[in-house]
Amino acid sequence: MAEVYILWWRHMKRYLRTRSRIIGAVGQPLLFLLALGYGLGSVYKQAGQGNYLHFLVAGVILQTILFSGVFWGMQILFDKRFGFLKEMMVAPISRLRILLGNALGGATISLFQGALVFIIALAIGFRPDNWALFPLAALIMLILSLALTSFGAGLASMVDDFQGFQAINNFLVFPLFFLSSALYPLTNAPELLRILGTINPLSYGVDALRYSLIGETHFGLAKDMLIIGLTLVVCVWFAVNRFNRLQV
Amino acid sequence: MSMSAPIIEVRDVVKTFGKIKAVDRVSFAIKRGEIFAFLGPNGAGKSTTIKMLTTMLRPTAGELYLDGHDVTREQAKARKSFGIVFQDPAVEEELTAYENMLFHAVLYGVPKAEQQPRIRKLMALVDLWERKDSLVRTFSGGMRRRLEVARGLLHHPKILFLDEPTLGLDTQTRNILWNYVRKLSQNEGMTIFFTTHYLDEAEDVAQRIAIIDHGKIVATGTAAQLAKQTKTKNLEEAYLKLTGEGIRDEVSEDFNGLNVRSVMRGR
Repeated sequence: MAEVYILWWRHMKRYLRTRSRIIGAVGQPLLFLLALGYGLGSVYKQAGQGNYLHFLVAGVILQTILFSGVFWGMQILFDKRFGFLKEMMVAPISRLRILLGNALGGATISLFQGALVFIIALAIGFRPDNWALFPLAALIMLILSLALTSFGAGLASMVDDFQGFQAINNFLVFPLFFLSSALYPLTNAPELLRILGTINPLSYGVDALRYSLIGETHFGLAKDMLIIGLTLVVCVWFAVNRFNRLQV
Repeated sequence: MSMSAPIIEVRDVVKTFGKIKAVDRVSFAIKRGEIFAFLGPNGAGKSTTIKMLTTMLRPTAGELYLDGHDVTREQAKARKSFGIVFQDPAVEEELTAYENMLFHAVLYGVPKAEQQPRIRKLMALVDLWERKDSLVRTFSGGMRRRLEVARGLLHHPKILFLDEPTLGLDTQTRNILWNYVRKLSQNEGMTIFFTTHYLDEAEDVAQRIAIIDHGKIVATGTAAQLAKQTKTKNLEEAYLKLTGEGIRDEVSEDFNGLNVRSVMRGR
């Protein structure tokens, strides 16, 4: 396991050395939290939906884990472009371990950033409904981090350039985020958004997280956990499958 | 495996990128402990052959064996047998020089007790020990190259591939490198396979030379044999006679793998 550890260690070193990345990655969700949370809060309240900021926290944590996970999974693409991937790929260890070390590194960073956003939410006044459910929230964040980093790693194995990364962000990651239940409740959403939200696995991730934080759920926890568990399996399978075919 | 069996064997290997035939039915065998050079113009197929031998690319047709292991079917076993210094930079800029070495030592299974002394010895050899704690980001091109050479030697492989290892190095460092490589071959019986543009290096260092052009091996032998075969005075004349005087373009890296357009089309 020393090989897996050193691959993970490298990501930690990189991450901790570039502070700007930490600030950048947390800045965007924070902006969402403040601008949308306070900006739309009164409208949301008038509509009889309660506290929007509280509703939004699970959404921005998911946003952080999604963007960070895909980005760090996509690190494989950067390594391919800058040549470092070759150093890993010809090492006398299986590709599965190479992928595992890299994915665990990315997932750790995503989880850490998600936790950071949670702490910021606490600082601006958010309180979980029931602290006893906090371990569940942590578990959900962990599953989502692993799944989304694997998803990013699989995608990175398929594209060859940074334009490809941009395209994936614009045509896949952003829609996945906006068409989930991260920013609005699906209950009263227009038919089309409700259908898209229901087939989007991320909605179940947000829903589970929201349940563990403020006790609200649209699909029910059991269904949520089933879907995010399945999503993790599919994402890992996708990453392994794509990474195994990768030629450098 | 008997000791007399070739440690590297390539049989009728073909590699095509779209319509371009980068390697066209290449066959050769290299003995254990031999120092073998691949010479050829840009785009002749040198790096593509090395990439196939080192499991980075799959051949379109043909067979490759390293230390008796089929490179396509037994990738993991084949990988245990070799080390490589890549043509293009492959260092992690956000790590220090020492950390890059440590990363490699662990990834390539150097025993823990030997990691530190070996790293120190090799980094001193390429004159980088003083800079061990600097981020590689701050290194010049030559320093990075030296680091990569030191790194490639870290795990004492049976076969060492060097893909234009001296590109961008000064004469002093080139001499240090080749002296060390010769020592590895003599003392440890390591097989050395290298490509180069410098004919003097091939002549001085290699025991046998293959000249490759347009994806085909056009001649093999010692420098003296090649001169004799072509009825020329030395390796340089033999080389020019075999490959012509024209200037070549390299096939772009983008020919391998997918690009985003083909991904968006749903491949």
